[in-house]
Amino acid sequence: MRSLILRTAARQLLPIFIIISIIIMLRGHNAPGGGFIGGLIAASAYILYDIAYGVVDARRVLRMDPLYLIGLGLACALGSGIPSFLIDSPFTAQEWITFTIPFYGKFAVTSPLVFDLGVYLTVIGVLLTIVFSLAEE
Amino acid sequence: MNVLIISPVIIPFTTAIILLLLFKLKSVQRYISLIGSLVSLGISISLLVHTIDSGILSVQIGNWPAPYGITIVSDLFSAIMVVMTALMSLTVNIYSMIDIDTKRIQYGYFPLINILLMGVNGAFLTGDIFNLYVWFEVMLMSSFVLMVLGGERKQMEGAVKYVTLNLISSALFLAGLGILYGEIGTLNMADIAYTLRATADATVTGSTAMLFFIAFGIKAAIFPLFFWLPASYHTPPASVSALFAGLLTKVGVYSLIRSFTLFFVQDATFFHEFMIIIAGFTMLTGVLGAASQFEFRRVLSFHIISQIGYMIMGLGIFTPLAIAGSIFFLIHNMITKTNLFFISGVVYRLKGSYELKKLGGLYASHPWLSIFLVISAFSLAGLPPLSGFWAKFALIKAGLQSQDYPIVFIALFVSMLTLFSMVKIWAEAFWKKQPSQKNDFKSKLSARDYIVMIIPIGMLALLAVAIGIGFEPLMNICMKAASQLLNPELYIQSILGGYPK
Repeated sequence: MRSLILRTAARQLLPIFIIISIIIMLRGHNAPGGGFIGGLIAASAYILYDIAYGVVDARRVLRMDPLYLIGLGLACALGSGIPSFLIDSPFTAQEWITFTIPFYGKFAVTSPLVFDLGVYLTVIGVLLTIVFSLAEE
Repeated sequence: MNVLIISPVIIPFTTAIILLLLFKLKSVQRYISLIGSLVSLGISISLLVHTIDSGILSVQIGNWPAPYGITIVSDLFSAIMVVMTALMSLTVNIYSMIDIDTKRIQYGYFPLINILLMGVNGAFLTGDIFNLYVWFEVMLMSSFVLMVLGGERKQMEGAVKYVTLNLISSALFLAGLGILYGEIGTLNMADIAYTLRATADATVTGSTAMLFFIAFGIKAAIFPLFFWLPASYHTPPASVSALFAGLLTKVGVYSLIRSFTLFFVQDATFFHEFMIIIAGFTMLTGVLGAASQFEFRRVLSFHIISQIGYMIMGLGIFTPLAIAGSIFFLIHNMITKTNLFFISGVVYRLKGSYELKKLGGLYASHPWLSIFLVISAFSLAGLPPLSGFWAKFALIKAGLQSQDYPIVFIALFVSMLTLFSMVKIWAEAFWKKQPSQKNDFKSKLSARDYIVMIIPIGMLALLAVAIGIGFEPLMNICMKAASQLLNPELYIQSILGGYPK
């Protein structure tokens, strides 16, 4: 599949897909979206790149073994439960920190967001591990 | 306190994450996993001590109140099982240092066993029936991969049977769950127990109880649902077999005991008689299967089945002594069965075969290994003063007290046959001279590796002796655990708290 159109498109689409995936992950707390669907979109950007350029280049663009993404994602998921220990409330209880940012207003960081980030990374890691191994067969 | 209850789940999980992040450093994987299991053991013992001191502990995940959120509960029975899991994890980790080759480490052996342990601990600690299903799946997924890891032909063959029957069991469990939830609208175990007590509809509880019994029965390998076990347990490396033998079927037994003491107590007489009959058949078929086998690990696999029968027998008799006997038997069986699988692995390393006919002369060349085998094998058969004797003593005494004479007779008869096949292993592999024509195998096991492999075997053998000699404190804890199980009001009270009566 060495099509010029696909190659050009894949290269241009990669950053757009990733930005969209992050937006979808972030809005998932109160609106449709979330870590899982965001992870799928981000992974599909790399899968498209893999189809256009081959697995060696796709791995180079990702810059790390997708296995580490799984590890990082699980670490985030676990980490989202840790703040609740510090104030002695049950595991994975939701904790909030609210900042006031100039010109923006109130901005809240929650522990479920960290969990969602974990899901996002794990989904990318798992999908790319599977796809890259299949592509290398 | 909140941290302590959930720790047996979190520590293997953390270990798995660290192992994944350091995936390329193959040489340090085994040490990280070993450290993780040491921490687990410490934490679980402290959880057990806390549970003995202050009764049933529970925590609401995510701070959602009881019937809605997921509850993690540690009563004595759970805490005992968690300690045993940590102990198995420690010994398996030491044994795996030598037994697992670089290729299997490369495919993620150590992260996988830690995920498996997380699933097992989760299943022991959860107080939510759907969450139990999730932990079962976590445990099964990693066990599927461990079963085929290494990709040998016979492993694939065993894994197909293992996966198929376990998927059927999960589907039945899920169906039972669905019916139960549709009828009473709750998944929290304490709430289920409470609601069923108030509004028991015999048809629904009867059918769900039977679905649960079959689902857990497949996992526990009871008669006539055990065929997957002897077909698959002898295929993976010895450390994987040992881990599975020590933990997986026991999770099935745990779930049976939990569900049939906590909430399926309406149609009790029918189920208790039914369980006693099943227990009898399980013991007999298991032990007869073992008697006809001449492959080391297949003999042991069939014995797992016959031993499961004893635990179900305790549940069927349903007196405090019988339940305590079942718990004691679980502890004893985890120790000795795992140890026998370890020994079979070392024998394979030394002689290059699991076939008893081709083995021999090990008593002359490896006396320590032989002594540990004798301890474990005779403990399994139930010779005093080893751990198995007291476990069987408690069960048989309970049987006599409640006048279930046929099952007592079967239990004693099966004990004798167990002794027969243990003596067969001893006589064939250890006592008789090495058959001379099959002597061409050269063992690659160095003296240092042999010592590392014998350490966990020695630990477990000593533990079997220690439990046998000092059985009384342990039996007291088991009696306490049984009385907690037989008074579900305590459990319901401690979780639902001020729930309307």
